[in-house]
Amino acid sequence: MAAPFELTDDNVVVIIGTGAGGGVLANELAQKGVSVVALEAGGRYLPEDYVNDEWESFGQLAWTDTRTTSGDWRVARDFSNLPAWIVKAVGGTTTHWAGASLRFQPHEWKAFTTYGEVEGANLLDWPIDADEMDPFYARAEDKLGVTRTNGIPGLPGCNNYKVFEAGAKELGYKEVHTGRMAINSQERDGRMACQQTGFCFQGCKWGAKWSAAYTDIPAGEATGNLEVREKAHVARILHDDSGKVTGVEYFDANGDLQMQRARVVCVAGNSFESPRLLLNSASSMFPDGLANSSGMVGKNYMRHLTGSVYATFEQPVRMWRGTTMAGIVQDEARHDPSRGFVGGYELETLSLGLPFMAAFLDPGAWGREFTTALDSYENMAGMWIVGEDMPQESNRVTLSDVEDQFGLKVANVHYSDHPNDIAMRDHAYKQGAAIYDAVGATRTLPTPPYPSTHNLGTNRMSERPEDGVVNRNGRAHDVPNLYISDGSQFTTGAAENPTLTIVALAIRQAEHIASEMNQGAL
Amino acid sequence: MIETRSLKTLTRRQLLSRGIAAGAGLVVGSGFVAGRDAAWATEMDAMKPDSFATLVQMARDIYPHDKVGDQYYAAAVKGYDVPEEVDFAQSGIDMLEDASRAAGFDSYLGTGWEADRVAILRGIEDTDFFQRVRGGLVTGLYNQKEVWPIFGYEGESYSKGGYMYRGFDDITWI
Ligand SMILES: Cc1cc2nc3c(=O)[nH]c(=O)nc-3n(C[C@H](O)[C@H](O)[C@H](O)COP(=O)(O)OP(=O)(O)OC[C@H]3O[C@@H](n4cnc5c(N)ncnc54)[C@H](O)[C@@H]3O)c2cc1C
Ligand code: SF4
Repeated sequence: MAAPFELTDDNVVVIIGTGAGGGVLANELAQKGVSVVALEAGGRYLPEDYVNDEWESFGQLAWTDTRTTSGDWRVARDFSNLPAWIVKAVGGTTTHWAGASLRFQPHEWKAFTTYGEVEGANLLDWPIDADEMDPFYARAEDKLGVTRTNGIPGLPGCNNYKVFEAGAKELGYKEVHTGRMAINSQERDGRMACQQTGFCFQGCKWGAKWSAAYTDIPAGEATGNLEVREKAHVARILHDDSGKVTGVEYFDANGDLQMQRARVVCVAGNSFESPRLLLNSASSMFPDGLANSSGMVGKNYMRHLTGSVYATFEQPVRMWRGTTMAGIVQDEARHDPSRGFVGGYELETLSLGLPFMAAFLDPGAWGREFTTALDSYENMAGMWIVGEDMPQESNRVTLSDVEDQFGLKVANVHYSDHPNDIAMRDHAYKQGAAIYDAVGATRTLPTPPYPSTHNLGTNRMSERPEDGVVNRNGRAHDVPNLYISDGSQFTTGAAENPTLTIVALAIRQAEHIASEMNQGAL
Repeated sequence: MIETRSLKTLTRRQLLSRGIAAGAGLVVGSGFVAGRDAAWATEMDAMKPDSFATLVQMARDIYPHDKVGDQYYAAAVKGYDVPEEVDFAQSGIDMLEDASRAAGFDSYLGTGWEADRVAILRGIEDTDFFQRVRGGLVTGLYNQKEVWPIFGYEGESYSKGGYMYRGFDDITWI
């Protein structure tokens, strides 16, 4: 039973956004008896609503409100108003996500100490470490039902994986398997096993893949302590003269401005919207934006360096059959500067349907060099590169001059590769191509990064208030009852897909907030 | 898909006798454009038939797939055959014709060889017209469900139970 709370109720924790961070935090707090109002800009869609059609699903779920771009990344040229591919819906981007769920490697919590000074990068150690995160990772893996943890078997390998695995083993890679996936390989938690449908990016119609939309959110609502208000777009966070936040203003489903009072506000709108909201909440007391005395709000935007390698073969692969992300090579994830860069990368299989392949294989390209690759679509295998990109202050989210449908300034996203990113991507392209060459590829195709799916770092966590926006608990250095609860609190990005870490941090933050409330410190 | 509408009632012979061959596989008649084999035809609502035939040929030259018939290219650019778009399209086509004449041909469709047309397109690829036509084709062509089987893509799979029992791991050559 969903709890209805009054707009004037100033005892509630308001959570902005219901994705990996916000959705999990909402449930964890509700389970502890905390009253929560979660405000979500998007609507509610469940497995029966999802469609096995790439563009139709994109229209249904993706965040398509305007954003603007700058910088020398190719996305700014090819998809100038679509810097990110993320979701606007209850459950956030966990509806779209592929489910790869990896822990950071211990040294990645201490990137500055491990890598040393890197020119042009703004590296910093996280104020927390692997030991401290271990129990929260364990709880996150259990919640998500991650394969190869908790005795859950790995998923079976699909065609795309088999090509990838054979090539990787031929090359001598050792850590090659079907991944740690938040996808049921057997029935669990009342959700069925993966049916190898192949539309993981479009929302799993079987519910086999974990998504906050049909797990944590209804579980939180069932406690009676969580109210999710959908189509509620938060415009501004309000504060009092003492500098504490007191509530938020949002546009409801009818476009009317509402004000919800709050005891605590947690921002989890993903790494563009969270800093945008803080910047749009500037006041005479916080002229540069809320919680921005460090000047770091919006800065150090990271997106993983990414890129893909597709290859064609003499015979069919039919990569679209089966889980979209179906296996991994982890040997290159180590930090080994002898390769010519710091940090590491993962290689993960990836498949796109024909419509998305046409859009993303080589955006803007035309003519036979392009079309002959698509002619071999049936004989194609594919993989995605996920590597640690360097935080740079100049890569940042700022307020654009463009306004959205509510008259609010939209986010401009500026990104340029660091030389370390370029060196790592080149290395990964070569290794990816070598994997496919080893099993007889007739052609390999390096593919540029898609609009960002992993968006991190724009409200980063830091020990010292002058280095970042939030402390070790995700609490704003400047505002005692304001928290950041999504991927924007990442200090550095690590080589791994981020969501397991976002979820582990949300579980940890719920413990902290509940205990602070019990002690009367919030 | 391109509809034949009232032209449906015409026999292949009648249809072909009412038009003249244009471009690779196209027949242009008064008020319509058809496939050379008359397997499909489309009536024009706002655009001149020979302009539409030029646009179809241009679409094929941008994204040439030899196994994909002209009707799919025609369907992909049919959206320009409306009053709101036709002026934009016609001025682009006029520019394309100018470029073709500058390259020594009577018209874009009069070039004969693909290589000549591609060279002409390379010369105008930075124009708004070219970029809009190209960008529109990315979804206009490749998001036609009828085109997918030509590439082997199987589309929706949930209603068939996914690929769990339908070959998700049926590869044998690896
Ligand atoms: C195609 C795809 C595949 C992916 N695969 C993987 C994977 O395999 N492994 C992995 O680890 N990660 C993956 N990711 C990334 C993963 O989905 C994200 O890292 C994660 O969901 C981010 O969580 P978040 O809480 O930061 O934001 P989100 O999950 O994006 O949630 C943010 C929510 O906030 C809402 N919101 C924003 N602004 C406002 C506002 N002003 N008012 C109200 N609501 C607002 C949004 O509508 C959205 O619902 C993938 C992403 C994509 C797109
Ligand atoms: S492949 Fe598996 S996880 Fe992916 S959408 Fe299909 S059933 Fe769900």
